[in-house]
Amino acid sequence: MAKVKGDIIIDIEKCKGCELCISACPQDGLEKSRQVNKKGYLYVVKIEDNCTGCTNCALVCPDGVLKVYRETKKKKEKVAEITNVTGDITVTVKE
Amino acid sequence: MNEKRMLDDQHYETMLAEESLCTKENLVYETPAEALYDTPMHYCPGCGHGVVHRLLAEVIEEMEILHDVIGVAPVGCSVLAYNYLNIDMSEAAHGRASAVATGIKRVLPEKYVFSYQGDGDLAAIGTGETIHTCNRGENVLIIFINNGIYGMTGGQMAPTTLPGMKSTTSPFGRDVDTMGAPLKITDLVAELPGTYYVTRQSVHKPANVRKTKKAIMKGFEYQKLGKGTCFVEVVTNCPSNWKMTPLDSNTWMEENMLPFYPLGDIKVPQKGEN
Repeated sequence: MAKVKGDIIIDIEKCKGCELCISACPQDGLEKSRQVNKKGYLYVVKIEDNCTGCTNCALVCPDGVLKVYRETKKKKEKVAEITNVTGDITVTVKE
Repeated sequence: MNEKRMLDDQHYETMLAEESLCTKENLVYETPAEALYDTPMHYCPGCGHGVVHRLLAEVIEEMEILHDVIGVAPVGCSVLAYNYLNIDMSEAAHGRASAVATGIKRVLPEKYVFSYQGDGDLAAIGTGETIHTCNRGENVLIIFINNGIYGMTGGQMAPTTLPGMKSTTSPFGRDVDTMGAPLKITDLVAELPGTYYVTRQSVHKPANVRKTKKAIMKGFEYQKLGKGTCFVEVVTNCPSNWKMTPLDSNTWMEENMLPFYPLGDIKVPQKGEN
């Protein structure tokens, strides 16, 4: 199964440790930390590298601490090779 | 896997920084930056208010009505909503948010006006204002947060408290014989001719969050067309006053609140009407 790769960034100082994202994650890739943040909450950390960027954690987060990234499919760029050029070439650049 | 768990947070953060995936073109979800201030909210951990605030900000940004929307904050937990939403907001006396929204909409009819109210505000002290606003068909959006309890004042019984549910003013559970049955105000306003779109949603699961966002967006779109009052109820939890963890409160809500307050559209525009 081709898996989409994703990643998240957690704003740990805003996190209140409600665990809603942990239960919402279909990959079980989140866990509570063993340290507290400035407010005294056990914040959430990513433990597994199996994020698919499904945004479920960010949707249920009441404090908006999560930023979700997902790998975009890279299109193979075709570069034309120019050989045997004779005469003038005009190139117009679209703005 | 154990090795990964052993990593301390500092190492983890440096790992994140090295990750090339976190680039601007790969970004798929971000908290709205324009319509929502970047401040921590005062709500308890796991409270649904934060999600609804964020959804409102998302809808406002997506519809590009940041400078054309006016909100009315209620009295209750969300009394400080204007500290989080970067839009024009007004505060109303307890229960009078829909009346204030009516006034704003009549003076500035080209603006989008919404009121954001809790169940103690909308269904208890503001029942009269709510019913008459909906009956007149005022062209405003009413967002109603129903968690079955008075949150800010310390967990007293609200009109929407379930039968048998314990609160500080009903310590043996709500007795329907003496305290009355819960008030389904959303079903009540759906019967009135002035309302155009009435729905009940929740924000405890990702799918429900998406549906709620669509409902709020529909509310603003119908307001633009001048169709009448739109009423969006959001059934949420109150972990602090239900004395549960956020996860338990969501499970409790699913098992007890949702059978009584079933989710879904209650009044939708008839075909050919819009």
